[in-house]
Amino acid sequence: MSFSEADLTAIWLTLRLATTVTLLLLLIGTPIAWWLARTQSVWKAPVAAIVALPLILPPTVLGFYLLIAMGPHGFFGQFTQSLGLGTLPFTFWGLVVASIFYSMPFVVQPIQNAMEAIGERPLEVAATLRAGPLDRFFSVVLPLAKPGFITASILGFAHTVGEFGIILMIGGNIPGETRVISVQIYDHVEALEFMQAHALSGAMLLFSFSVLLALYWLQRKQKIALLN
Amino acid sequence: MKPNLSDNPIRASFQLKHQSSNPKRHTDQFTLDVDLTLPGSGVSVIFGPSGSGKTTLLRCIAGLETPDQGNLIVNGEVWQNASLFMPTHRRPVGYVFQESSLFPHLTAGGNLAYARKRAGKKISAQLYDHAIEIMGINDILHRSPQQLSGGERQRVAIARALLINPRLLLMDEPLASLDKRRKQEIIPYLERLGATLDIPIIYVSHSMDEVTRLADHVVVLKQGKVATQGGLTEVFSHIDLPLDYGDDTGVVLQGQVVERDPKWHLARIAFSDGELWVRDRGDALHQSVRVRVLARDISLTLTPSTQSSILNTLAVKVDAITGDSDEAMSFVRLKTGEEYLIARLTCRSVDYLQLKPGQSLWAQIKSVAIVR
Repeated sequence: MSFSEADLTAIWLTLRLATTVTLLLLLIGTPIAWWLARTQSVWKAPVAAIVALPLILPPTVLGFYLLIAMGPHGFFGQFTQSLGLGTLPFTFWGLVVASIFYSMPFVVQPIQNAMEAIGERPLEVAATLRAGPLDRFFSVVLPLAKPGFITASILGFAHTVGEFGIILMIGGNIPGETRVISVQIYDHVEALEFMQAHALSGAMLLFSFSVLLALYWLQRKQKIALLN
Repeated sequence: MKPNLSDNPIRASFQLKHQSSNPKRHTDQFTLDVDLTLPGSGVSVIFGPSGSGKTTLLRCIAGLETPDQGNLIVNGEVWQNASLFMPTHRRPVGYVFQESSLFPHLTAGGNLAYARKRAGKKISAQLYDHAIEIMGINDILHRSPQQLSGGERQRVAIARALLINPRLLLMDEPLASLDKRRKQEIIPYLERLGATLDIPIIYVSHSMDEVTRLADHVVVLKQGKVATQGGLTEVFSHIDLPLDYGDDTGVVLQGQVVERDPKWHLARIAFSDGELWVRDRGDALHQSVRVRVLARDISLTLTPSTQSSILNTLAVKVDAITGDSDEAMSFVRLKTGEEYLIARLTCRSVDYLQLKPGQSLWAQIKSVAIVR
């Protein structure tokens, strides 16, 4: 089993995409998770539902709408064009935007759960120790929600690596730009290159299994640490 | 050592009708309606049964609760009125919560550093060492909260509250989550705190033991309202007690050790007018002490009995008689010199002795305990 040049390009592209998406999602998802964890607003349920949509929506549906929105006549496409960036579909950054939506629940939900588990008390304690709202967020909320952030990063990364449908819709199949591992495997199978498909599929299987194993092992360790 | 109690009082009034933000209490619609002036130094204990609003009152003072109406002036500085609400992190209070509130992601020392870093002014190394020394936590600073006993955690939490350099220390039943032995372990630290700190302490408790040991000033809260307040000895010498303390009913007397009898290990405590022999606890001569005489430990006789095992017999005058929640029992308030005692007798005994106000007779006191 060895990887061809094209396979390696696909692997590198996939890792680059997943890393970028995970980092951006931690930045975008944290405030959303914090808001969802704290708010009593009537908007909580609708926002939570929108964040969770990709869990049940077929990737093709999400991809279709994103394609329209980012296309030359879509509002997002007009916006990017006005910035002189052109349109995003069939580019790496188009994949990034699509993946951010698609992997959002996998990042937001673990962080939100961890933040909710902190409860009111540590924040009250911090307030009596003269920590202002922002100080409380960084000195208490972030460290106490750390397990949630770790889970969120792992799940966000792994889920982005495993995307297929939405990538086909938004990115097509451009080597080095949008042809990620899952698309590459699809191509191999189409071309009846079963050996190559085996190599990449096996690698993906091993990767996914290792990620989940690491995750459960980590969660177990945290539980034991909590008990002590 | 303690500054004048009435110099800079704390004026607080709060009206709060909405439900407490404490999810445990969501069931009962709660009303707090208090208007208080507390001394600007010493230990004020907010005393009352659970559900009487003690914690809510303390949370209002800290700004953790938003009352419908509130006014709060501490040492001449307005913290809250109709148009101003100073948020908690701007109020210079130290707050000790009921249960362990140490940050689990920091060590004991890290918890102290958290406070020290945010203190209003720079905390000198001397002050830091002092706080650690009063609480006796020097050897456990490197440990994480999970590795500490309940008592140790509360001591660290108290030191942490001191290290933000508060101008008012609020303590919400800091001993409630501890077993009896741990309580006894911490109370001396709290006594020392009250004696060495020159800021006012407001201490919430439902334990008679803690009140009599720690309080200088007592506020009795009942169903969200102030039932009575005043100096410790004064509040518990009222016969029309706002709360039914049952077997815990009793008075607190402030006296001085005037003699120690090494042969029988007894100490003689003198009051304004009268004295009591108590077990010698090792207090030095002339030491000021606080003793507690429980109502159930007093019996009355018309003639002084010399043939009795009772050590303390005082000449007293009946001041008032009142019923008890138990219909078989009565409370009799007695005056001896400037002090009051309260005896709990059966109604039959009251009738048998034909007790009436103004009558002179003898109080036999079966046991007296030095509480501090």
